[in-house]
Amino acid sequence: MASTACFMIISKNDIPIYEAEVGSALKKEEAAHQHQFILHAALDVVQDLAWTTSAMFLKSIDRFNDLVVSVYVTAGHTRLMLLHDSRNDDGIKSFFQEVHELYIKILLNPLYLPGSRVTSSHFDTKVRALARKYI
Amino acid sequence: MAPAVPRSGDAIFANVERVNAELFTLTYGAIVRQLLTDLEEVEEVNKQLDQMGYNIGIRLIDEFLAKSNVTRCVDFRETAEVIAKVGFKMFLGVTASVTNWDNEGTCCSLILEDNPLVDFVELPDTCQGLYYCNILSGVVRGALEMVSMKTEITWIRDMLRGDDAFELQVKLLKQVPEEYPYKDDE
Repeated sequence: MASTACFMIISKNDIPIYEAEVGSALKKEEAAHQHQFILHAALDVVQDLAWTTSAMFLKSIDRFNDLVVSVYVTAGHTRLMLLHDSRNDDGIKSFFQEVHELYIKILLNPLYLPGSRVTSSHFDTKVRALARKYI
Repeated sequence: MAPAVPRSGDAIFANVERVNAELFTLTYGAIVRQLLTDLEEVEEVNKQLDQMGYNIGIRLIDEFLAKSNVTRCVDFRETAEVIAKVGFKMFLGVTASVTNWDNEGTCCSLILEDNPLVDFVELPDTCQGLYYCNILSGVVRGALEMVSMKTEITWIRDMLRGDDAFELQVKLLKQVPEEYPYKDDE
């Protein structure tokens, strides 16, 4: 079954620093914009929810038709956001945890400026592989 | 007193004070980062790192000779082996291998399979010309200069540029004979 999934990393200053369409469904130009829009709208919900719980993984915080938004908030308040239509919570949680580890590696790179775009192709490949594995 | 025996790199490494590897890596990273911001030109950063390494090297050689008890090396081949097996182990915690000798025995390659300086590092597009570990070449150059060997050191392979190892080419330019800094009749 073709699935839709859009993954985005938002820095603590609300700037998107990485985005990837990781679903197996055919890519449509307007869909990408729509996904961006839905995730953007969900940021407010994240803002409220993040401080009510100590958990990093916030599942299904917002929905749009059959699409659901899940978020993982890191300690530095960087948000890993995933828009998906599958209901595989455990998979998504593992996905977030592993991407978090990758993100930490990026952050530890002295030549990377925190808050700037993640341009590493290695990171991109890894994230896409993880998405295929878990989502 | 019995003559001091040369000690192996592992033995010395086991006895010296060490710092956390991540602290070390990130501190070096912060230095490079700062140089990039201050100097802006990648070429300048390479030069500066080399100069910093040189300044470390000319001091480090004394510490090295004091702790390792190595005796005078008979030729450049032995020198290279000592640097690779004892020197690198003592200060960096890894050993290098020495290969690619030319016929005259004045030029060789030190190969580092593992390099604690570059954990986490990935070169962004904006600093492709950067030799991230240029400090190492400076250290070796400085140290050898203090024991009267003028050398020229170039990077042949760099893992950050997609190669499979780090390769430093060490070329002996000339051996400066030891001499008194003053004339006899003064």
